[in-house]
Order: sequence, then structure tokens, then C-alpha cells
Amino acid sequence: MSDILKSLIEIVGEKGVSNAPEELWFYSRDPGVLTPHLPDYVVAPKTTEEVQKIVQLACREKIPVVPMGNGMSLTGLVIPLKGGIVLDMKRMNKILEVNAMARYAVVEGGTSQGVLKAYLQKNHPTLRHSLPDAPPTTTIAANVALHGQGRLTNQYGFNSDMVTGLEVVLPTGDVCRIGSPSIGPYWFSKSPTLPDLSGLFLGWLGTTGIITKVGMKLFPNKKIREVELFVTDRVDLVPVILYKLTHLEMLEDVNVWFQPKPLMFLGNFHITLYFTGDTEEEIEFKRKMIWDTLQEFMDSKDGGFMSVQYMKEALLQMPGRNIADFADVPKGGGFEYSGPITIIEHFPQYAAKVVELARKYDVLYASSARLISGGHCMMFSISFAFNRNDPAMMIRVKHALDEATAFALEMGGIPWKPNYMEQKMVMEKMEPNALKLLQMIKKNLDPCGIMNPGNWEVNS
Amino acid sequence: MYKLKFKEKVCATCPSSDCLLKCQYMTFSGHPEAHGEMMKVVKGKDSRVLSECATCYACEEYCTRGNHPFYLISEKREEKGMFTAPRPITNQWINMTQMQGKYMAGDVKDKALSCCFIPDLGPLGTGEIFKDVASAGVFGAEFMCPAVHTHFARMSVIRERLPVVIENYRKLGVKEVICLHDECYGTLTSIAEAYGMEVPFKPVYYMDYLYERMKELKDKIKPLNITVAYQRPCSNRLIPDKLPLVKKIFKLIGVKAPKRLYQDENALCCGEILRSVSGYKLADDVQKRNIDDMLKAGAEYCVFNCPACQSSLSEKVSKRGLKPVHIIDLCKMAIGEKGREAAS
Repeated sequence: MSDILKSLIEIVGEKGVSNAPEELWFYSRDPGVLTPHLPDYVVAPKTTEEVQKIVQLACREKIPVVPMGNGMSLTGLVIPLKGGIVLDMKRMNKILEVNAMARYAVVEGGTSQGVLKAYLQKNHPTLRHSLPDAPPTTTIAANVALHGQGRLTNQYGFNSDMVTGLEVVLPTGDVCRIGSPSIGPYWFSKSPTLPDLSGLFLGWLGTTGIITKVGMKLFPNKKIREVELFVTDRVDLVPVILYKLTHLEMLEDVNVWFQPKPLMFLGNFHITLYFTGDTEEEIEFKRKMIWDTLQEFMDSKDGGFMSVQYMKEALLQMPGRNIADFADVPKGGGFEYSGPITIIEHFPQYAAKVVELARKYDVLYASSARLISGGHCMMFSISFAFNRNDPAMMIRVKHALDEATAFALEMGGIPWKPNYMEQKMVMEKMEPNALKLLQMIKKNLDPCGIMNPGNWEVNS
Repeated sequence: MYKLKFKEKVCATCPSSDCLLKCQYMTFSGHPEAHGEMMKVVKGKDSRVLSECATCYACEEYCTRGNHPFYLISEKREEKGMFTAPRPITNQWINMTQMQGKYMAGDVKDKALSCCFIPDLGPLGTGEIFKDVASAGVFGAEFMCPAVHTHFARMSVIRERLPVVIENYRKLGVKEVICLHDECYGTLTSIAEAYGMEVPFKPVYYMDYLYERMKELKDKIKPLNITVAYQRPCSNRLIPDKLPLVKKIFKLIGVKAPKRLYQDENALCCGEILRSVSGYKLADDVQKRNIDDMLKAGAEYCVFNCPACQSSLSEKVSKRGLKPVHIIDLCKMAIGEKGREAAS
């Protein structure tokens, strides 16, 4: 047994460490199309102190550390590109506090979205958090670390905007609290009125530290959720329709999607509108406001509301399962997307690009854009399904995604949760002084370059 | 290509203009105006009827002179390139109901049990009542009545697809097709006849079948002793001679349906299509008046014939305290095959 393995066992116990080939195989990959790479060890800590000791060991021995939530980013963000330790955070899954009056929760760094959702439903039914449409096993800390979005993103911004405080183990092994919890016992603010240090960790994809605790804003959980589905066949009208809808300031979540299969969806752009209320009167009022706002498009016959009765249950599911359904259309259950953040007025160009890429690479597309912060921008997902048992198809999908990212950058968009190659493309395009600032931060925080190496490698 | 058999002279000499004067969604000052507007439609001229018709099908019933005013209105709308509902909704229906070879056909011999292209109909056509035909179910776009496209004034889709549907049934070698969807029976009788399409098998209306079976199962019936309101579907306007079956079935299973304002010829649309064609204001108004009327009549249950009506109104009637139930499930409740929770 190696000294490293012995040391790791000393820290987390025998059941918390593995270098068994079958375990390493699983931790070498994610469900996307990137090439796997084996780690040397998989370690599952239970406490911040254990994380601290592991990082200290890694720092001392210059071993890479890749913090991992549920490993579902699809863009290979937890593939250990340079081997080392994959730090599986799932055993740190406790909900530490819910301050109902201040509407925030504090959870450990491996707590899943599903656990928090279930906890709130049972113990605080009037509260909810911004649940992403990822599997419920994905973790809250990983989601904010990659600027994820959720069902409340149209109202309140990126999920990372909802962070109210962090506890982070730095690459040196020091434990650091960010925001109001650095001053006192309350987790109500990640920065104001302090300098916003959370920006040193949010969006860095685990390359500057390991989030061991996260405070998240909670929001009112209204008694009734409703959905309407507006469709148009004119892509040029989509931005103006969204502009009018966001002007209402009533919509919890807005998604625009289009796909060629099943046939009923062919040729139309679907805008799913979620809204909530505590009474039927409130719901009906909002429904009428939505319909009235879009009346002009119905009068011109360019758009209309679909009957949602048959689809309502599926549409109201949180998280939605339609992505899993889409992934299996070509059989083989594969699915990956490029999700640039961009401005809404570029929707038509992005939509055209999706269809163009699908044709060029002979793959099946589906696209869904989620509005962010009332329409300041959107996440436009360029999604392709593939058969995991068809390597050639997987390569075609990868090429299509690479081209999609290049297109997004040309259009002034920002790739969301970019893979390591896309990160390089971003850095090549980045204004030199901004890149220099990134380098300074990264070098100072992670002087040994052990944190998720291969990602945001600005020191090279 | 099939063509609508519309008798212009019959319309020109109509003494009543009932087709338009009885309409619940358009108003006319009297026979002269209504007749004038209908003749404009007949002659292919612009008429407010073409833009105002809510597509409730009722004029097919109001016309007692054997003409087909609703089919004509729909034909003329399409000729003029008009859309009743928004274009993407219209096209969505056309795409959604395209035949793709994904149909299901059971053990079909002389008889087929048609579930149209409506998944909800499958579970209805089961149990003791349908025990002799349940295994002969057919389902899919290949066996779907395309009548829904009349709502969208796309009669060309019907002219193109209905002969294929009829041919698909013929290929199965059936002598009888029991239509679980009211609209299928209306299509295979009224629309096929109006366009001169030959139907080489006998369409059987499911309520005829249901009535006969319930008579056979009379010993098993325990009267339900409930009060209901019946939601008549638009497609029933194509086959008004079948309307009395509802009351006969109700009587057989001990169900009271007190007289209400919006019943029979005066029935109101479920509202779903109105929402697409005319907007939410009319749809909300119609649904509210309809449900108010059901409650005023003392109904505890809202009984449906068409799954589309049921989908459209179930949640709304439930919120007002009425229990939604399909008439087949009501019969299953009467013979003890289903509990009262079937209405929910």
C-alpha cells in the first residue's frame, strides 16, 4: 500500500477511500462525450476538517484534487485530467440550518438538490429554492460553482446570485468563510457590504478551492403553480415576445424550446411560462395578463396558446424529465449541450445555428433557452442526443458542440460550464488585462496548481 | 379528389336561416341578415361569418334541410387562406396527427374497437361491457378521424386523410367499427357522406353498443341514484339522431339529469377550441356559464362523452365541486366494476 493511500485512510477511514480499478473507472468519466481519464484515488470526506487534511496532504505531495458533486456537468468538469484525487463530496450532505424568517438555508458542500427540496417540503412548505432541471442527485455547491440556473432564475438571477455565504477550503488547506458568516453567526449575505470574495470561487469550477458549506437564498413557495405554453412559427418574433412577457414581471420561469421530434413540435418555437399564486384569483389574474400581453400575436395568427392539459403534469414536474426522454430518442441515452449565456435578441441566429449544425453533423437536436434575471440574458442550450454505443455519432456530436461554442464566442456570448478546451477558447478571446487578473488570482490562491488542474489553466 | 356536396338551392330557398340564427356565438338581426350572410358564404364572397364563426359545429344540427353549413364555412375559409386559430397551432395539429406507421391493432376480425388517436379511450374500452371487443382495439393516426381539422378550416386535410383512414379499416377486413370517439362516428357517417366517400363497413356508435350491453347486463346494475349534468361534445352535432341514447343510458343506470338551460340543441362548447380560435375571454365566459348552469340544475357529476371535453373541463368542474366522469365509467360504476372514485 502506498504512503498516500495510507495517509488518506488515516484521514477518512478505510471506507472513505478507494483505488480499486472498478471505482476509478466510474470516477474517470462523466455522461458527456469527453475522453475519460483515470484518477489515482477516490476519497469521500465527511467533514470540513477531513477536506482540510486531504488538501494539506495533496498540497504537500503536489497531487491534483478534483472536487466533485454528482459529476453531472456533462462537460467533463470533474474528469481528473491529470489524475490525482477525486474528492467525492456526497457524504457531506447535511442541511445545517434553515432560517425561515430570513429565508436562507445553509447546507454542506455535498448536499443534493433533491435532499434540500424534500427537506423544505416536509419542514418548511412555504419555502423553496431555485431547483435546476438536472437530476435531483446533483449538488447545490457544484451548481453555484458553475453559475447554474434553476426554476427561479428568471425572477432572481443565476443560482450563484442566490448564494448568501460560503465556507471554503483553500488550496493551501486553510478554511475560510465568505460574507456575513465571516463576521457573525448569520448567513444572510455573501458580500454586501463587504468586498465580494465569493467571486473568487463562483464560476471557477473548483480550481480555487473546495466549497464545504454554502448558504442559499430561499423564496416563497406559493400554493399554486401554473403553466401556459405559447407557440409561434416565426423565430424573428421570439425576442419581442419575450420582451413583452418579461415586462409583466410576473413569471417565475420562462423557457423557449424547439425540436423536430415528435412531429407535433416541428416548425414551432414553444415558450413555456410558469407562474404562481396563493389563490385562484391571483392565478387567473396573472393568466389573463399573460394572454392579454400576447393578444397581438394571436390576432395576427402568428402565435397562440397550446392546450396544456395533456402535458401539464410533465411540464410542472421539478426537475423536468423531458431531457432524459430526449436523450433516448436515438436510443443509447446520450445527451450533451453547449449552453452559452447570451442576449435574447440573438435568439434567431442561435436557433438557425442549431439546425445548421444538426444537419451538418447528422445528429438530432433539441434546444431550450432559459431566461435569466427577467430577460437581461438567457442560457441558450444547443443540445444533441447521441447513442453511447455509437462512437462515430459521439465524435460528430463533439464536433458540433465545439462549433457551437466557437459560434457563441463570435456572437459575444459566454460559454456556460465550459469544458477545458472551451475554457481555452474563452481565454484566447478574453481582454488581456482581464486574463492577467485571472492569472494573478489563480496563482495566488493555488500556487501549487493542484486544484482541478487542466481547468482554467491560466498559469500556463 | 372528393368535393363537398353542398346544395346551393336548398340554402337559397331556406325559409328559416336557423343555421345562423340559432348560433350561440354570432348574433343576427333576423332572417334577412342571416340569410344574406350565409348566401355570401355560399357564393364565395366575404362574410363576417367567415371571421366570426367559433367552430362549434352546431349549425350542422340546426340545418334541418340536409345541407352542411359548417363544412361549407370551413371550406370557404380555407379557400380564402384564412386561419381560424393561430397558424402555428393549426400546423401543430396537422403535424401531430400525421400518419407515421406507428399504429396499434389488436386481434381484429369482423369487429374493431376504435380508440381513434386518443390514449384515454384505451382504458375506457375494457372490462365486462367491452369483453367481446376489447382485444380488437385499434389506435393511431392511421385510424384517427380527421374531423378536428374542421376547427382549423383545413378541410383539405380531411379530404386527403379520411379516405386513407377508411382504407386502413378496410384492409383490416372488418365488417363493423365500434367508435369509442363520438367524432369518429360523426366523421364516418356525416362527413364521409357529405363528401361522397364510401365506407365499406358499418360504423357503430359506442353509445348504441353501450346501451345494448347495459341492457344485457341489467341484472348487474345497481342504480347509481345520482344527479348529473351532461357535457355534449361538438361532434355530436354531426349525429343529432344519437342524442337520445344518453337519456336512455342514464335511465337504465339510475341517473337523473335535470333539465338545464345549456343542454341538447342549446349545449355549450367545452371551451377548449374556443380558447384557440376566439381567445380566453369567450372561452372563460362559456365555461363559467356552462358550469354555473350545471350547478344550478343540482348536478353532482359532470358526465362526458368526449375525452377532449373531459380534459378541458375536468379541472374546472372539480374546482366547483362537480365530479367529472366519462359516461362509460359511469356505466362501469353502475355494474360495480368501478367505485365512485372513478369520478375524479
